[in-house]
Amino acid sequence: MSPLAFQKIYTHISNITKATCTLKASGVGNEELALVHGRLSQVVKIIDNEVTLQVFGGTEGIPSNAEVIFYNRPPTLKVSDDLAGRFFNAYGQPIDGGPEVEGEERPIGGPSVNPVRRRQPSELIATGIAGIDLNNTLVTGQKIPFFADPDQPFNQVMAMVALRAEADKIILGGMGLTNDDYLYYKNVFENAGALDRIISFVNTTEDPPVERLLVPDMALTAAEYFAVDKNEKVLVLLTDMTLYADALSIVSNRMDQIPSKDSMPGSLYSDLAKIYEKAVQFPSGGSITIIAVTTLSGGDITHAIPDNTGYITEGQLFLRRDTDIGKVIVDPFRSLSRLKQLVIGKKTREDHPQVMNTAVRLYADAANAKTKLENGFDLTDYDQRALDFAREYSEYLLAIDVNIDIDKMLDTGWELFARHFNQAEVGIKQELVDKYWPVK
Amino acid sequence: MIMNNTKKTTGKVSGIIANLVIVQVEGPVAQNEICYISHDGTDLMAEVIKIIGNKAYTQVFESTRGLKIGSPAIFEGHMLEATLGPGILSSVYDGLMHDLHEMTGIFLKPGEYTRALDPEKIWDFKPLAKGGDQVIAADWLGEVIENSIPHRIMVPFVFEGRYTIKSIVPRGLHKIYDTIAVLTDESGKDHPVTMVQYWPVKQAIKAYKEKPRPFKLFQTGVRTMDTLNPMAEGGTGFIPGPFGSGKTVLQHALSRQAEADIVIVAACGERANEVVELFVEFPQLEDPRTGRKLIERTTIIANTSNMPVAAREASVYTAMTIAEYYRSMGLKILLLADSTSRWAQALREMSNRMEELPGPDAFPMDLPAIISNFYSRAGYVYLNNNQTGSITFIGTVSPAGGNLKEPVTESTKKVARAFYALSQQRADSKRYPAIDPIESYSKYLEYPEVQESLRNTIADDWVDKVMLVKNIMIRGREASEQINILGDDSVPLDYHLTFWKSEVIDSIILQQDAFDKIDFNTPMTRQKYMLDKVINIYETNFDFDSFEDVNPYFKRIINQLKQMNYSEFQSEQFKHFENELYKIIEERKLKK
Repeated sequence: MSPLAFQKIYTHISNITKATCTLKASGVGNEELALVHGRLSQVVKIIDNEVTLQVFGGTEGIPSNAEVIFYNRPPTLKVSDDLAGRFFNAYGQPIDGGPEVEGEERPIGGPSVNPVRRRQPSELIATGIAGIDLNNTLVTGQKIPFFADPDQPFNQVMAMVALRAEADKIILGGMGLTNDDYLYYKNVFENAGALDRIISFVNTTEDPPVERLLVPDMALTAAEYFAVDKNEKVLVLLTDMTLYADALSIVSNRMDQIPSKDSMPGSLYSDLAKIYEKAVQFPSGGSITIIAVTTLSGGDITHAIPDNTGYITEGQLFLRRDTDIGKVIVDPFRSLSRLKQLVIGKKTREDHPQVMNTAVRLYADAANAKTKLENGFDLTDYDQRALDFAREYSEYLLAIDVNIDIDKMLDTGWELFARHFNQAEVGIKQELVDKYWPVK
Repeated sequence: MIMNNTKKTTGKVSGIIANLVIVQVEGPVAQNEICYISHDGTDLMAEVIKIIGNKAYTQVFESTRGLKIGSPAIFEGHMLEATLGPGILSSVYDGLMHDLHEMTGIFLKPGEYTRALDPEKIWDFKPLAKGGDQVIAADWLGEVIENSIPHRIMVPFVFEGRYTIKSIVPRGLHKIYDTIAVLTDESGKDHPVTMVQYWPVKQAIKAYKEKPRPFKLFQTGVRTMDTLNPMAEGGTGFIPGPFGSGKTVLQHALSRQAEADIVIVAACGERANEVVELFVEFPQLEDPRTGRKLIERTTIIANTSNMPVAAREASVYTAMTIAEYYRSMGLKILLLADSTSRWAQALREMSNRMEELPGPDAFPMDLPAIISNFYSRAGYVYLNNNQTGSITFIGTVSPAGGNLKEPVTESTKKVARAFYALSQQRADSKRYPAIDPIESYSKYLEYPEVQESLRNTIADDWVDKVMLVKNIMIRGREASEQINILGDDSVPLDYHLTFWKSEVIDSIILQQDAFDKIDFNTPMTRQKYMLDKVINIYETNFDFDSFEDVNPYFKRIINQLKQMNYSEFQSEQFKHFENELYKIIEERKLKK
C-alpha cells in the first residue's frame, strides 16, 4: 500500500470538509486512490485542476499543509488462493496478524457481466430449513436479503445457512458489524472446521463508517476471482446493507447532493444494484450467490433502503417469532424467492409447487380465523381445523430449527393436509392428490 | 439531417463528476449530440445534455474511472440514433443498440461498441415499387423475409418531400449496405438507398397518415386482463405494483402469449437474471399462432440495473424507435418496458448531478411531460398506403414503498388508458396474477368503438356481462367487509352467498396459474365459456339453512371449476369435471 518513491507530493489543501479535501493537482484520474495525511482517500470530483478527494477515515486533524500523494490507480485487491482462511479490513489489509497476501492486483468494483454471457441459475441450494427450502427455495447465482429487525437472530440464521449450503468458498462482507458479532462469525466458522473456505472483509463499528463503502466491492472482487478463475461456487454474505446505505447517504450529504426519499441519495437504486447484480451463474460452472441482511426500523419495508433492495434482489426472507410455538419461523407470507420457480417441481419432486402454495393458502385461512377469534367471533369447524393445521405447520416446517431434506418436507406437508382437511378443501390437482394423499 | 457539419467539432475534458463530464469545446455543438471521449485508447460514448458557453456537459454512457482532465473528445454531428434494417429480430441489444452477442468476454468492457446489424448477411430482396413511382418517406420500396416476417425496406424516414424512383434493383440476393434503389428529389438530386437507415431515438417517427383511437381488443390470454379490463390494439397500459407482487411474471406472460407480430422487450434497469430467463426460454417456446419459436418475433433491449445508468435512459427510446420502424411495415407490435420507474430514476440521477432544482421526490420538474410524450408514441396507425400497423405499449412502474401517490405513477396514470394495479394483499395470499379487480380499469371498455368490436367478435351481451362481473366483485368485497366487521352469524345468509359467488369468479376467472401448461394461456373462446359458467352459478338460487354450509359447498364448486381450468378445453377430463360440477350445483339448486 505504500506509494512509489518518485511520486509527486502535494502539500497545499484548499478546502477541507468533514469527509472531503480539495486541492489543486494535475494528471489525476477519476476514482483514483490517494493518501492524505496518511489516510486513504479516493477522487470523487475533478473540475479543471481542482481535485476533490473523499477521505474514508474522516478528515479530523488534517491540516491544510498535509501531504497528499496520488496512487495513479483505483482501489485494488490482490487475489490468489492465499485469500482463503484470512480476515481483512475494508482496504483488504490483513487484520488477523498474518502476512500480506501476494497475488494479482485487481481493481475492485469492476465492470458487469454481459447479460448474454450469464447462464440461467438452476442449481438448488439446500439449507435443511423448510421455511427456506420448501417455501422460498434458494438457487445458485441468486441474491436475496434477510429483512429483519435488529433484534432478530439474522446473523445466526445466516451463519447456519452458510455452513449448510455446499459452497466452495464463503466470503463474509461485514459492514458496521459489532465486535461481538464479528467474533461470533469467527467462532462459528472455526468450530465448524470451515475456516479454510472462508474469507472475511470486516468493517466493525469501531472503524470509520465511510470505509464500509469498500467492503462489498472487496468481497465481490475476491468472489469473482474464485468464481471466474477457479470455477468455484461462492457464497457471499453481506451484513448489514442498511449500514452500507447509511454510509452512502453520509457521503452524498457531505458532497451537497440533493437527497431523495428518506434522505438517501438519488442514486441509491443503482448503487445497490451494482453490488447485488454481481450475483451470477457462469456457464463454466462457477457462481456467486449473495445472501445479505437489510435491517429494518420497526419492520418498515417502505423505507428507501429495503424498498430499493426489494426491487433489486430476487426475493427476501423475513424472520418472525411465532408466539404459538415460541420459536422463530421464516414468515411464509412476506418471504419470497423469485428464482424458486426454476428448481421447484423440476429439481425437486413434482408436487412441490402445489404443496407449497396450498400450505401457505391454508395458513392464510388460519390467519383469518385468528383475526376472527381476536375480534370475539365464533369459529366454524373449518376455522378450528385451519388453526390446528397452522400450529403444526409452524412447528414442523416453518421453524428455523427444522433440518430435513425436501422430500421429507413434502411428505410432512401431505400428512398435515390429510390430518386436518378433506381433498376438496385442499384443492390440489387431482392427479397429484391421487398419487400423494396419505392412505390411512 | 439536423447538423451537417463537414468538420467534426473537437474538445477537451475539463471536469468529471461521476458520469457527468464537462468538455471544453472548440466549435459548434448541439444539444443531445453524441460525442466520443478518448480514454486510454478506448472511446467512451457520451451525449450532450447541457451547453454553457464553450462548455458542453455530457453524460457518459460508461464508467469514467481513470478518466483525466485534458482527454480529447470528438463530436459526431448527430444525436443518438438507432440503426434500422433487416436483422433486428432475435437480437439482444444494450440500451444504445449494440449487439450484446457480438461482444467478447464475460464482462462488459467500457467502449466496446458492436454493430447493430450483420453487414455480411445475405437477404433475398424483392422490390415492391418500380422505377418512375412517386414516393415519400416510409413508403415501401421492397421487402426481405426476416424470420418469416415480411420486413419492408422503406424510403428513409429522414427524407423530406417527394421523390421519384430512378432505379430499383430486381429480385435478388443483397447485403444490407448494397444500394437497392436510387431516388431523385424534387431538385433533381439523386439519393442512393440501402436496406439500412438511421433515426434519432428521442424523436417520434411520424411517417403515417392517421392515428385513430384504438378500437379493437388486443388479446393477451390473461383472463383478468382480456375479460375484465381489456387492452386495445395500439393502446397504452401500465402495471404499478410493489416488489413481489408479480409484475415481471405478468410481463413475461404477455411477451409469450400476446397476439402480436413482434414483441419488443425493454429490460430497463431491472434484474439481469430475468432477462436471462427470456434468452433461455424464448428459443424453446413456440408461438401458438405461427408454430415458430418465440425468439424469432422478439427483440430484447437489455440494460439491466448494473449497466451504466445513462444508457438506461436511452434504452426505452431505442426500443420505441425499433417498434415504430416495424409499425411502419404494417405490423402489430407489443412493446413492454420493465420498468419505467428505473428510467425515471436515471433521469433523476442526471438532473441531480447537473444541480437542477428538483421537483417532487427529487425527480426533474419535466418528468410528467417526458412520460406523456413517450406514451404518446404508441398507437394504431393508418400508413400512407392504407395498410395498418400498431404499437401496444405496456410499461411497469415500481412505486417507491408501493405508494401509488409518487410522481412516476401519477404522471403515468394521466397518460396510460389501462391501469392494472397489482395488490400486495392479493400477492400475499398468492392470488396471482395479483391485479386488483376493483382498483384496475381499462378506459377502452368505455370506447363505443371498442364495445362494438367486442360485441361483433365475442358476443352481443359481452360488455354487459363484463360490467355485471365487475359489480359482483364490488358487492363481494362489501359483503366480505360486513362479515368481518359484524361476524359470520350476525349477517344475513345472503351476505355469505354474495361473498362466495364473488370468490368463484375470483378463483376461476381472475386467478390464473402462469406456471401450469394449460392454465397459463386462455384463448377468448374459452374465456367466454368459463365466464358464462360462473355467471350461471351467480344467477342460480341456492338453498341453505345455515351459513356454515356455504363455505364448504362453494369450496367444492371452486375445486371442480379449477380442475376444469387445469384440463384441456372440451377434453374428456374437462367434461368429466364439468359433469361433477353440474351434480354439485343440482344438490342445492332451489327448485322453483
